[in-house]
Amino acid sequence: MYPSRFGYEAPKTIDEAIAILDKYAGEAKVLSGGQSLIPVIKLRFAAPEMLVDINGIPGLDYNRVDPDGSIHIGALCRHEDLENNELMEKHAPTIAAAAPLVSDPIVRTRGTFVGSVCHADPQGDWAATMTAMGGHIVAQGPNGTREIAMNDFVIGPFQNTLAYNEIAIEAVIPAPKGVRVGSYLKLERRVGDFATASVAVSLEMNGETVIGAGIALASVGGRTIDATAAAQSLVGNKITPELIAEVAAAVAATAEPRTDHRGSSDYKRQIVKTFVTRILTGLATTSQKAA
Amino acid sequence: MALDEIKIGGLGASRRRVEDNRFIRGKGNYVDDIVLPGMLHMELLRSPLAHARIKSIDVSKAYEIPGVRLVLTGEMMAARNLAWMPTLSYDTQAVLATDKVRFQGQEVAAVIADDPYIAKDACQAIVVEYEQLPAIVNPFQAMESDSVVIRDDKENQPGNKIFDWEIGDKAATDKAFAEADVVSKMELHYPRSHPSPMETCGSIADFNRATGKLTVYMTSQAPHIVRAAVAMVAELPEHMIRIVSPDLGGGFGNKVPIYPGYVVAILASILTEVPVKWIEDKTGNLISTGFGRDVYLQGEMALRKDGKMLGMRMKTISDHGAFYADAQPSKFKIGLMHSAFAAYDLPAAHLESVGYYTNKAPGGVAYRCSFRVTEAMFFQERMVHAAANDLGMDQAEFRRMNLVKDDMFPYRTAFGFLTDSGQYGKCLDIGMKAIGYDTYKAEQAEARSRGKLLGIGISTMTEPLGAGNSREYDILGIKMFDSAELRVHMTGKAILRTGAMNQGQGHQTTWAQIVAHELGIPADDVTVEEGDTDTAPFGMGTYASRSTPVAGAAVAMVARKIRAKARKIAAHLLEVSEEDIEWELGRFYVRSNKERGVTIQDCALAAYSNMPDGMEPGLENNAYYDPPNLTWPFAAYFVKVEVDAETGVWDVLKVVAVDDCGVRINPMIVEAQIMGGLTEAYAMASMQYQTYDDQGNMIGANYMDYLLPTAWETPGFELHEVVTPCPHHPIGAKGVGECATVAGPAAFVNAVVDALGHLGVRNIDMPMMPNRVYEALTTGKDISGMPPVMMGD
Repeated sequence: MYPSRFGYEAPKTIDEAIAILDKYAGEAKVLSGGQSLIPVIKLRFAAPEMLVDINGIPGLDYNRVDPDGSIHIGALCRHEDLENNELMEKHAPTIAAAAPLVSDPIVRTRGTFVGSVCHADPQGDWAATMTAMGGHIVAQGPNGTREIAMNDFVIGPFQNTLAYNEIAIEAVIPAPKGVRVGSYLKLERRVGDFATASVAVSLEMNGETVIGAGIALASVGGRTIDATAAAQSLVGNKITPELIAEVAAAVAATAEPRTDHRGSSDYKRQIVKTFVTRILTGLATTSQKAA
Repeated sequence: MALDEIKIGGLGASRRRVEDNRFIRGKGNYVDDIVLPGMLHMELLRSPLAHARIKSIDVSKAYEIPGVRLVLTGEMMAARNLAWMPTLSYDTQAVLATDKVRFQGQEVAAVIADDPYIAKDACQAIVVEYEQLPAIVNPFQAMESDSVVIRDDKENQPGNKIFDWEIGDKAATDKAFAEADVVSKMELHYPRSHPSPMETCGSIADFNRATGKLTVYMTSQAPHIVRAAVAMVAELPEHMIRIVSPDLGGGFGNKVPIYPGYVVAILASILTEVPVKWIEDKTGNLISTGFGRDVYLQGEMALRKDGKMLGMRMKTISDHGAFYADAQPSKFKIGLMHSAFAAYDLPAAHLESVGYYTNKAPGGVAYRCSFRVTEAMFFQERMVHAAANDLGMDQAEFRRMNLVKDDMFPYRTAFGFLTDSGQYGKCLDIGMKAIGYDTYKAEQAEARSRGKLLGIGISTMTEPLGAGNSREYDILGIKMFDSAELRVHMTGKAILRTGAMNQGQGHQTTWAQIVAHELGIPADDVTVEEGDTDTAPFGMGTYASRSTPVAGAAVAMVARKIRAKARKIAAHLLEVSEEDIEWELGRFYVRSNKERGVTIQDCALAAYSNMPDGMEPGLENNAYYDPPNLTWPFAAYFVKVEVDAETGVWDVLKVVAVDDCGVRINPMIVEAQIMGGLTEAYAMASMQYQTYDDQGNMIGANYMDYLLPTAWETPGFELHEVVTPCPHHPIGAKGVGECATVAGPAAFVNAVVDALGHLGVRNIDMPMMPNRVYEALTTGKDISGMPPVMMGD
């Protein structure tokens, strides 16, 4: 790896990190897991003047569920921490389902959940998951913290709305109204490949009745696609095969895939439809059993 | 008492690889591990365009960067008559571009600097002005009459055609077709792939002005060929050139050719008078070095209605990139493509081949079976699959009817090869039993009734491995024999050197096993060295599965020379005549009294301390081995898949591989070679390919786009063995390193096509990515050519 020359700082507190970012006025980059940033630097697609390594800042590697039912994931929580994680399986099944599908095991030991959301790759698993679950990012800057909803956070390919002197310190998913169920499916040609299509579904249930529905798509558009509007016909109803077919078609229609060497746009829509159908059919069966 | 051969690590011992001890401890010695005093670092500037005229090159900004020592351009190479170099196929290749760039990634300039970071920075500072020309990205564009001429540097090169070649009996083949009841057709593309060894290419050139000697440490599979070529290109005397290949991090044919980087680094060292290291990056390796395949194959088979094969017509159209840089024997323009159908009793065949230049990277040497046998066998087994279906015959029974029977050897193939041994029917039986073939048809029908698509694919083949003989096989006229040199020290330990070059095959382990088998010297007592042209005997290197057939045979032959001398010493020590001496593993004894004997170690000591009067002291010798024929291993592979009808995703349920590679020296290493090959077969069938957009931009230039399967996708393999010794090899061994890569892909494709067979699908070209399989199963149409590269909407 022969990147362009860059500086390196490893601050011990968030305030120090913010001060460095502030000083470099847009020419510094935060390094957390580095699983996207390092390859980009290696290929010389990016040449930041300064890397601000936040791995030495204590207290950011948590994932927890608060008494109010909200889920909090710290900036240094690795993908791997969310795999085989009982809290996630119970409170955030979409995250539990997506965690083992994020890239490959080597990347998962190092890459971070929050870093992946910030990277805003249209193929990113966590941005889609956060969108489906209605989450938000907590950003800290020189003037304190602010909350940014997912739809306001990721605004385009590799574009988020953090200011140059802000750090995303936490991802938050609010407490569900009922019981949260969900899943995640992704088609990739090989582990670690950019996906052909990915679908995140998160529902809130009261018995067999859907009381809240979120669906988001990755890899089938220039940014993460929020298909939640297309899922709203589920709300107030039991999940029936007819409803599944209707929602699957509506969700597939929100996809904006491009034809490329991973498949035609029609094929990618077909995959979205199939995955929505498979996830909802699975959730219908589980909710029937539970009820 | 004779020694226990397995205990001393002889023939048949699954001895642990000697190499692994250093590799798994991180103590291997690769070219990039070598650091010489005062060494500079070189980086290449590559062309971003596939076809363009170079209008100007401005290097002044590069020289402004501190630490830059030298910038070389094509013009400076040309001034020293080094702008072009010969390829292994009697063509020429640009070292650094002078007139035009002819493929994306072509070498345009080189920076030599204090460290690789500076060299890379300086490459970005070089300004090249290009005038873009139309890019030709496939042979069909290349053959159009108004197409731009890529090689306008060459005289007598009016268009883009490189060669037109034919072999076989056209009249007999025409007759077979006239008599045929059924004619079955097949047309396909074997996509371009890349060997992508873990270690890229690289070298350190070290020219010593004081001694006049040039030492080049490099990642070469054929160091002696490199020495000869450097002597010719750089016009240095051959004895003043030393090529040293240290540990190689994989080769697969990628490291046979001489690349521009090597030549530039050599000149840079001569000019700067210090060592110059050049280590290619991964993208450089993927976009500029020897690719594999990229051949369009068409053919038709004449059949009698009872299933007997009568004749075969084949045509190949191959894409060689901008320079014809294959490495096949000089008399065969498209390598051993005519080894197709060698396993089948096929009375008549004719092959026509045409090769073209395109604006793509040169190569065609690799991978894991050069000489184009991979393409031949893939086409053969896809053709056989289609023919069985067209006849309404079972895949296995059609093969059984037409495969060469055990009592037909030696068998002269329709294209003139002589196959000599095998038990093809037995291999087929073992494979059918292991995959559960007898219940499969019912299982498939039942699965289809539930909407599940099951398929089984078979691939059976024999392939020519182990070039030469020297009558027919050469590289640039140098005959393809090989060599071994054995020195037994006075305590009975030994050092063996060969002209082959290990790159993961385990030569250090297996060559010692051959010595153990022939002399009874424990394998642990034998050091094996390869790769240093100042010490190793001359050899053609390692590729084409030729090491065991040729260099391995030389090892056995030199050990036998040593044994013959040791026998004389034994007679002297035992005070009997040589005729009264018998040999058992590790020991000579007196025929009349078996208790009276001396070990090989006793003889070794005597060779230095107590030799008979008149005998030359010492116990060492060498052997050059010119094989009488190629070796002909046989493979029967079975793959069972299930296709998801809603997504086109296919899962491998089972893979059964039956290999007959003759006598196995180290069964564990053989099995590992087969598993590695099957993994590559799965890779090419499922995901691994390189293609170009219509501007000549390569898709597959990094490991995000060029997919290698991981342990997660790769299926398990069930291996079986049959042993039919090679009749002419000293220890009965045949080549095996490439069998699975060669025969494997067709088994995977045949399986998926079988699963979709009831829908009318005859062919899906590799890679069978889910979207392509989905398109085939929803339309019932064949999927041909490379995956489309459309980046727009």
